[in-house]
Amino acid sequence: MMVERIGRAVALTLALLCSGGAWAGPVIESWDTPNGARVLFVGARELPMVDVRVVFDAGAARDGGRHGLATLTNATLSDGAGAWDADRLAERLDAVGAELGLGARRDMAWVSMRSLSEARPFEVAMESLEAVLARPRFAAADLERNRKAMLIALRQSEQNPGAIAKKAFWGAVYGAHPYARDGAGERDSLAAITRDEVLAFHRRFYVARNAVVAIVGDLERGAAEALAERLTRDLPEGAPAPALPGVAALERSDQRHRQFPSTQSHIYMGQPGMHRGDPDYFTLYVGNHIFGGSGLVSLLSNEVREQRGLSYSVYSYFAPMREDGPFIMAAQTQNAKAGEARRVMRAALEAYIENGPTEEQLREAKQNITGGFPLNIASNGKIVEYLAMIGFYGLPLDYLDAFTGRIEAVTREQIREAFRRRVRPERFVTVVVGDGAAAD
Amino acid sequence: MRTLFTLVLLLLGGGVLAEGRVHEFTLGNGMRVIVKEDHRAPIAVSQVWYKVGASYEPDGITGVSHLLEHMMFKGTQAHPPGEFSRIVAANGGEENAFTGSDYTAYYQTLSSDRLEIAFELEADRMRNLTLLEEEFLKEVEVVKEERRLRTEDSPTSLTYEQFSAVAYRSLPYANPVIGWMNDLENMSVEDLRRWYRLWYAPNNATLVVVGDVEPRQVLELAERHFGPLAPEPVPPLKPLIEPPQRGMIRTQVRVPAKEPYLVMGYKTPVLASADAAWEPYALEMLASILDGGASARLSRNLVRGHELAASAGASYSAFRRLPGMLLLDATPARGVEVGRLETALRGEIERLREELVEPEELERVKAQVVAEQVYDLDSVYYQAMQIGILETVGLDWRLIDDYPQRIKSVTPEQVRAVARKYLTDEQLTVAELVPLPLPGAARAGERSVVEARHDG
Repeated sequence: MMVERIGRAVALTLALLCSGGAWAGPVIESWDTPNGARVLFVGARELPMVDVRVVFDAGAARDGGRHGLATLTNATLSDGAGAWDADRLAERLDAVGAELGLGARRDMAWVSMRSLSEARPFEVAMESLEAVLARPRFAAADLERNRKAMLIALRQSEQNPGAIAKKAFWGAVYGAHPYARDGAGERDSLAAITRDEVLAFHRRFYVARNAVVAIVGDLERGAAEALAERLTRDLPEGAPAPALPGVAALERSDQRHRQFPSTQSHIYMGQPGMHRGDPDYFTLYVGNHIFGGSGLVSLLSNEVREQRGLSYSVYSYFAPMREDGPFIMAAQTQNAKAGEARRVMRAALEAYIENGPTEEQLREAKQNITGGFPLNIASNGKIVEYLAMIGFYGLPLDYLDAFTGRIEAVTREQIREAFRRRVRPERFVTVVVGDGAAAD
Repeated sequence: MRTLFTLVLLLLGGGVLAEGRVHEFTLGNGMRVIVKEDHRAPIAVSQVWYKVGASYEPDGITGVSHLLEHMMFKGTQAHPPGEFSRIVAANGGEENAFTGSDYTAYYQTLSSDRLEIAFELEADRMRNLTLLEEEFLKEVEVVKEERRLRTEDSPTSLTYEQFSAVAYRSLPYANPVIGWMNDLENMSVEDLRRWYRLWYAPNNATLVVVGDVEPRQVLELAERHFGPLAPEPVPPLKPLIEPPQRGMIRTQVRVPAKEPYLVMGYKTPVLASADAAWEPYALEMLASILDGGASARLSRNLVRGHELAASAGASYSAFRRLPGMLLLDATPARGVEVGRLETALRGEIERLREELVEPEELERVKAQVVAEQVYDLDSVYYQAMQIGILETVGLDWRLIDDYPQRIKSVTPEQVRAVARKYLTDEQLTVAELVPLPLPGAARAGERSVVEARHDG
């Protein structure tokens, strides 16, 4: 266990400087680098550390039929860059306690760095990050190793009934749309990806005008400007990724069962939901919070878990994405109860669409969301993710400041109307993965 | 060194850092209260830690601590089932609880001016839980579903569960925290009532608060709400010692799966049981030499290097109530036999026994510890966790202060010494996941043939 505490004498000195005063939340500053990357910055001088998160529109939605290409490209970024191979790069970063992170989902791919703000660690971390972004080596041996690791991860997901169900659900909801795939790749597509394709993917999508740089931490505006420019100066200017196709509404109900020798059946139901910046965003967000988004307090959890003991984890959510991400309602239960759980979930949703929330439910949900908002922006780690999201989806810079007001403005009637208009259980995709034989 | 470092940052950065001030109190009824100030944001986390967990449980009622944790949300005389969570939510709070081998803890994170709400509710359920049979019967089903989700249907979790079960001869770490399914099937609400009466008392609890708070005010609130609760005699704990292991233990878990998996563990001491105070820190260092960052040996040699593992990890904790193990786990790379991977992992251990680690390797681990000291301050929740765990396993939270210095003073000779003393074949347990066939790659929408399920 890593544990720590700053020395007592110093802390006492510091405490004298800490006077009261209203907490205003983070102030976001934003600008573009000379070659066109958008930067979002929040100065946070309290802790001697800096978080950087560089996001690209380079997620699995950009695979272009080579399923797994975005993930493989992203995963290999840290395996050697510029003057350093994978071992040297890792040594450099570990030697100053810097933490490099990577990831790719459907919309976004990112590279993150957490470092001390002290001069030497900061310099080593950012020099390394600059190389990882602009000069990854993509050595054939590293690509090959990561390709094999992805094949293993793919097979491990095939021994997990929840993962199988989730994948099948997204596939059924999105059909031919790029969102149908999760980025893990498929056996055949992974085998087919060439190094040239990885290089081309990197050249096309890891470019300044397709990037957002989020910075939070112990540095001044001028230093943040210099850092952002440095991190992007060797990226080609390039162009933003093209628009993704729109998502078609489902036309009919689609029910799928996949046999799997597990003790539980995993249930996923839903449809295309909403996108970032959607006019109904706040209405659907608050509406879902009441229905299935607030843990044990939610109506769905009350029906399925609290009243009937059917499931440990039952929830619903809208996943807002560049295009319409899904509305998902999910639970797992012992095989023999799968039918009952499905009926209860469906009935709860239909009743909610019919009636909407009560005034009291809405009031308590607003208190929970707005009262809890400071928790969401109470750490540098959380703020940097917000910045990346705001920048990536082009949300207004006053998003955090305006959040509470937007939540407060939602009415019961708006929720009921929006759910009736946009959530259509009669056309849901339903996927159940489990031991159906045990259910009969 | 550490002090100087922080002072320099203060002068350069001019930040308003009030972290680090820790205040501790003991209420008249024996309840410990530890408050750490962190004024970066107007929030606070409140955690109530009980000295009880899976390692306190006798056979037959394994999982009772965790099940009781679930029932703690099911109401008191003053608050009917579900109301607790509703009140916290309506106050903008976030709450949950967790059970481990050595502790059960409940927390709320909320706006710091709402702290009293957390205290009021926690004090109420510390002594006045209703434990209705009707609620229990539903909740035990929820916990069985949790077990199915986390363990029964997860080949790697099953492997780890079996690994622990065969590794320990005497220590209760042999049992899973969630409990054996048979014990859950046979649990009664009366078992929970007994468990609650035994352990849920102010003199067996520690309140940890971290955040934008004034320690004196926290103490006043704690006295108001927890102060009136009566203490109870808490059962004395028998000393438990694992008898020496005299030879390698091996087991297999044969379940439907796609990929093999390997868990290995060497019996090791903890802080409270070690022959010398430096040994646990040398073991912490040793685990980081193997798995502290991408430059550490397992990533460098087994994942990259020889490409024998798709992933590999090592872990050890000096801060548990009872002695545990230094653990290794790994998934073979594609086409690599599990046996070859095991040989390679044991080869890395052998190397630690034979050769002194390089000074640069030690330096890298130390640099990471120093940096993590700072990064940890970004989360009030994590700061509270560190204090709560130490206090609850019977150690002093001030060990947090000592940690970097202790790690910094570990020498290459000490790492080799603990490797030679503890990482021997005689003290090794190995569990291997042997995949049995799964139904083929049927597409959703098709019904494929049901295969016989092996219960391992």
